[in-house]
Amino acid sequence: MTTTERRYRPAPGAAPVWRMLVAQTAFETRLLLRHGEQLLLTAVIPVTLLALLAFVPVIDTGAYSRLDFLVPGILALAVMSTSFTSLAIATGYERRYGVLKRLATTPLPRSALLIAKALTVLVVEALQVTLVGGLGAALGWRPTGSVLAVLALIVVGTLAFAGLGFLMAGTLRAEATLAAANLVYLLLLVLGGIIIPLDEFPDGVQPVLMATPAGALADGLRSVLADGSGLPWSGVAILAGWAVAGFAAAARWFRWE
Amino acid sequence: MSTSAAVEIESLVKCYGRVPAVDGLSLTIPSGTITSVLGPNGAGKTTTIECCEGYRRPDSGTVRVLGLDPQRDARRLRPRVGVMLQEGAGFYPGARGVELLSHLARLHATPLDVATLVEQLELGDTARTPMRRLSGGQRQRVALAAALVGRPELVFLDEPTAGLDPRMRRSVWDTLSELRAAGVTVVLCTHLIEEAERLADHVVIIHDGQQVAQGSPAELTEDDESTVRFNGRPRLDLASLRDALPEDASVQEVSPGTYVVATTVDPGVLATITSWCAAHDVMPEGLQVGRTSLEDVFIKLTGAEPGTGS
Repeated sequence: MTTTERRYRPAPGAAPVWRMLVAQTAFETRLLLRHGEQLLLTAVIPVTLLALLAFVPVIDTGAYSRLDFLVPGILALAVMSTSFTSLAIATGYERRYGVLKRLATTPLPRSALLIAKALTVLVVEALQVTLVGGLGAALGWRPTGSVLAVLALIVVGTLAFAGLGFLMAGTLRAEATLAAANLVYLLLLVLGGIIIPLDEFPDGVQPVLMATPAGALADGLRSVLADGSGLPWSGVAILAGWAVAGFAAAARWFRWE
Repeated sequence: MSTSAAVEIESLVKCYGRVPAVDGLSLTIPSGTITSVLGPNGAGKTTTIECCEGYRRPDSGTVRVLGLDPQRDARRLRPRVGVMLQEGAGFYPGARGVELLSHLARLHATPLDVATLVEQLELGDTARTPMRRLSGGQRQRVALAAALVGRPELVFLDEPTAGLDPRMRRSVWDTLSELRAAGVTVVLCTHLIEEAERLADHVVIIHDGQQVAQGSPAELTEDDESTVRFNGRPRLDLASLRDALPEDASVQEVSPGTYVVATTVDPGVLATITSWCAAHDVMPEGLQVGRTSLEDVFIKLTGAEPGTGS
């Protein structure tokens, strides 16, 4: 029995934090990319919408060419689908199944878990940007503007959505999170300036829609990618406001169990 | 093997609202043992263990795990302690069993070899199936493996064999014995008295939020008392038997027609019982002399049948 005795001989120790981060990010990314319903939200719907709306002129895109209007909107949709809808649903179910409780007894620190989730979102978003941007380019989209401004908008937009996603996942039941996250996705898809220009809406509600994270992100991306403007500070301010409010509320009300 | 305490709890109090779940509980879990924590449903077992795992902050009292405070020293403690939650809870529903173990292994510095663990606990059939589609028994075994993969010094296992078939149950028991042989302290919450009797070096019985007994199974059952059990007609008048027996003996009809005499049983006592039976025309069927079992102790201390509820 000497070999079996040796087998369980204690040798505890945490892996270095960077290795835990890489492992956790790779693991969560793999689970996400394998998840059919999540892929529907993050890849199939954005790509299908872009392809359909690019070919079928159902929407008056106003001053913009159709692709100049659509591609930035669909990029905003992609960011929202991953950093809000998908994050909220996955975290909600992890909470419900006790994953977060169980993980709390592993060497992975809670901060590292949150960073890994953020990195997972960024990895998926990079794939989405490639997919949507690639399809747009194939259809003849020729963006202008600064790549850095686009990256900054995507990162701050991600933070704005993620705070709200965590808030929802940490306070509602998993089933309620699933329903609510999908409802918000649908509402912002229609009302957030993603596929319908905000100036199609009554004057009174335009500022309200503009102040949603989707409205601010879609409009900001459009001003950089289509108009070639610099970083749109008002949009960044709106998104940063959502991020601060969302994370503060999540930190206050998130229940791990 | 060291004789120090792996877990030391002193006057632990933990309330939910105003109801105390744990009410002044003290216990010691010796290092390198398999210690069974027994108690009826709602006795405070889970709350006590969750205070050790760092999930709950005690209202008062002290909890020391491997000499550390589970709240303050959580970060240092976590790599050294393995945890299995009840029903194997706590896993990514979309992750496959083996994939999950490989991932958890990566969070540790010198983990167990996952392939060996998979073989030992017969987890090969979880390699392609997501956790949410595994059977309860398979999930339990993945959860047990997950508690061990980081090569901890101390593991908390909540009903690790619940819902397993007898063969797998024995295989898990073998694993627990191997853990002890390797010097790992095993804290085993269980409802199966048989499991505790068979494996545990140390038993802690919890009732109404307090520790009511702790010690080795031999110590708990050794108060020199043994029992004589026999069957006869129901509702015999036992007064004359009591008079014939030594002062400290107790005689009870535990169920209709089943009688238990608890005392220091010697041949004289046995003769007294059989001659009383002869005098009353009772054929003492199934007459049996036995030591107090752990189950007897459990029932006596808690007034509850083991194996009910969680």
